[in-house]
Amino acid sequence: MKHRYLPMTETDKKEMLGTIGIESIDELFADIPEKVRFQRDYDIKPALSETDLLKEMTALAAQNADSRSHASFIGAGVYDHYKPVIVDHVISRSEFYTAYTPYQPELSQGELQAIFEFQTMICELTGMAIANSSMYDGGTSLAEAGTLAAGHTRRKKLLISEAVHPEYRDVVRTYAAGQSIEVVDIPLKDGKTDEDALASMIDGDTAAVMVQYPNFFGQIEDIGRFADMAHEHKALFVVSANPLALAVLTPPGKLGADITVGDAQPFGIPESFGGPHCGYFAVTEKLMRKVPGRLVGETTDEEGRRGYVLTLQAREQHIRREKATSNICSNQALNALAASVAMTALGRQGVREMAIQNISKTRYAIEAFKNAGFDVKFKGPSFNEFVVDFKEPVGQVNRRLLDSGIIGGYDLGLTYPELQGHALIAVTEKRTKEEIDAFVQEMEAIHA
Amino acid sequence: MHNENQPLIFEISKEGRIGYSLPELDVPEADLSSAIPAGLLREEPAALPEVSELDIMRHYTALSNRNHGIDSGFYPLGSCTMKYNPKINESVARLSGFADIHPLQDESSVQGAMALMHDLQEHLVEITGMDEVTLQSAAGAHGEWTALMMIRAFHESNGDHQRTKVIVPDTAHGTNPASASVAGFDTVTVKSGEDGLVDLDDLRRVAGEDTAALMLTNPNTLGLFEEHILEMAEIIHGVGGKLYYDGANLNAVMSKARPGDMGFDAVHLNLHKTFTGPHGGGGPGSGPVGVKKELVPFLPKPLLVKKEDLYTFDYDRPQAIGRVKPFYGNFGINVRAYSYIRSMGAEGLKLVSEYAVLNANYMMRRLAPYYDTPYEQHCKHEFVLSGRRQKKLGVRTLDIAKRLLDFGFHPPTVYFPLNVEEGMMIEPTETESKETLDAFIDAMIQIAKEVEETPEVVQEAPHTTVVSRLDETKAARKPVLKYVPKEQSEPVAVN
Repeated sequence: MKHRYLPMTETDKKEMLGTIGIESIDELFADIPEKVRFQRDYDIKPALSETDLLKEMTALAAQNADSRSHASFIGAGVYDHYKPVIVDHVISRSEFYTAYTPYQPELSQGELQAIFEFQTMICELTGMAIANSSMYDGGTSLAEAGTLAAGHTRRKKLLISEAVHPEYRDVVRTYAAGQSIEVVDIPLKDGKTDEDALASMIDGDTAAVMVQYPNFFGQIEDIGRFADMAHEHKALFVVSANPLALAVLTPPGKLGADITVGDAQPFGIPESFGGPHCGYFAVTEKLMRKVPGRLVGETTDEEGRRGYVLTLQAREQHIRREKATSNICSNQALNALAASVAMTALGRQGVREMAIQNISKTRYAIEAFKNAGFDVKFKGPSFNEFVVDFKEPVGQVNRRLLDSGIIGGYDLGLTYPELQGHALIAVTEKRTKEEIDAFVQEMEAIHA
Repeated sequence: MHNENQPLIFEISKEGRIGYSLPELDVPEADLSSAIPAGLLREEPAALPEVSELDIMRHYTALSNRNHGIDSGFYPLGSCTMKYNPKINESVARLSGFADIHPLQDESSVQGAMALMHDLQEHLVEITGMDEVTLQSAAGAHGEWTALMMIRAFHESNGDHQRTKVIVPDTAHGTNPASASVAGFDTVTVKSGEDGLVDLDDLRRVAGEDTAALMLTNPNTLGLFEEHILEMAEIIHGVGGKLYYDGANLNAVMSKARPGDMGFDAVHLNLHKTFTGPHGGGGPGSGPVGVKKELVPFLPKPLLVKKEDLYTFDYDRPQAIGRVKPFYGNFGINVRAYSYIRSMGAEGLKLVSEYAVLNANYMMRRLAPYYDTPYEQHCKHEFVLSGRRQKKLGVRTLDIAKRLLDFGFHPPTVYFPLNVEEGMMIEPTETESKETLDAFIDAMIQIAKEVEETPEVVQEAPHTTVVSRLDETKAARKPVLKYVPKEQSEPVAVN
């Protein structure tokens, strides 16, 4: 068999075997005990030519309803946003995407500088002092914020708002279980974190209070009050924030957050069926040495030229092994690069304009649903999501909407039993007035 | 490579420039002061750059010119499997039907994506010899932790709460003990013997009723196959522990030996290593986990299953460890890995391992006269040299690594594994031609000669890179972790 990825020729093989002083490649595997040696070929599908592979993969992809062919109104942590075309051109430069972790700084200045810029942009948006080079996603980032808080405060209880993404909360629980940390949900009140309930729950065992900003239902909560409550009890205040919303919202760093995490997916990263996205992790100065993952720092070379290196590595697994602050090794570097390019392209003006468009279109959609007689739950200010009572199973509604070229909202009944028949609807800057109107009309037709 | 300093994007920024194009707002514009409560309305805009589209492209092109990837040149980084990243994988992952689908849209509208995931799971089941695979873990370390959490849940379901220890060889990757800690275990180290393999007597000594699992990479990080694997499995299973396979080195043994047949109960794979998902400058990766039947009930939820002709996510799994990641894993990387496996087939994957191992042995034999080879036996896909001979002449392995940069090569992994003095761990992979291997070998031989004749040339390397050696101590002592405009005071991050 010849293959375009395998340059070995018969002549090469012969010469190499000769140098090693053996007759056949099999001799190199002679140390594998007979009993465990695999005696057959893998029973897997046959190799495809490039043409056939492309054909088959294109056919598989065509079976899915995507947000190019459909008008998408689903969010819940993953959004169909404007992606500046330039993003893909930058991340397709293979000097970036075929490189490994920049452990050899002399050969990796490009990657290191790009990450240094990413860290700066995340600090700008969140108002935090320090940001790392990325985490897997918003959910694991929040989970690591929880374990950091427990380690830092030497306490074993996390209070997390039910208005935090349900899947994020699940991940927090799994990570916490590993370290015997208790996770307690703070109940909801009118679609927001119940402040009175929090006041009665928080105590000297609380390691952190964890909220989402804007919350899972799209509501913008007054999170500064929770910060005060957390700090009164010497607990950390952890905020999971949509970085796009931070273009117009007071940054968590100014509202008392000790750790701000989230996912940079709204900036130039495709939905990609839920991953890979790009977690970010930002902290106050005080927590700098407890941050999980890689940090890029500025320094100089022997000639005094500015350069960048991975730094404070004593926190990390390859140095500290079992005493590391986290086990993370691979992160989401290429997606952090994508987010950087998108944040750069949008820039100071664009992130704000895009955020305002999200708020404006969401307001328009809320009014349109109300005018059509639908009950819009939760009356507080919202960013780009809201909850509508469809009064019938959301799954069924969504399957009908698909026929009209619409990807409907998230079925809240799946994770909030009291919200059966309610959908969480996202309206980004990509949705046109026409599409919003068509969505409302379809719903009226379904409802009639 | 360019030798000029590239300004930061913030230094190129000029007030009033833009690099984006949003449509005109077609609904009434919300008044922010009424839309957002007072106190929550941002006062100062985030100081993101203001640049034109060409500015952006020039900036990142300049940065890419200051970076080395596999496409730039040879990258023999041990244990990282820096093989060619096929371009068709990139095209396929960008198909709209894969890139632009939402994880929570109705299952009926993503059957193609789910079919791909399911078929990838089946392929990985066959390749690993396991009974079931989950694609949820985002990277190797994440997979390690996922599997350890499952092993913990398994023991606890048997009332075995005293199993608090995970055994890790002294040659293991740093993620192994770190993952054990994050999963709530204590780590016990088992020694390697003179032959570079796990010392069975020491393993017997440390294994006991408190053993939850042994984590093992096979071949190990010295590139040696743990040939006593069945005895090791017997020891660990004998005391009631589980065997965990770190799949970082699977590239050595595809179609030669399967973790499932060696006695392993759980395994993670690094799809960004063996299965060509690009490394991306440090990620994203993908770290699927495969397990034997006994551990299947503990797999994270949801589990992708096929019911009649439809694919569905099964959430009804009472013994599951929970969710380890929002949604279903790094789908985009899984698409690339699937595309690779389908382009190779069974025979192709076998040749991958055979050629990876042949290349490594060829390099080791040719370099043996010039550098110490602590382990004489045939290696697998990688091998370790020791620079102790050169160290006696005043040249460190770090110097040799830096000197390789002048030849346009990325250096091998250095100072790892920890039990080899001045170690250099070299993994060529199967996608490199003999000519490339020879060029690297020639460079290594020349450097060995320089160490004897003109050591300062090596000690002062690199001579041709965009920056010379960087002051890492300074970076750590007074960390500057973000850009602060000159007019502002000192950097925020200080000790």
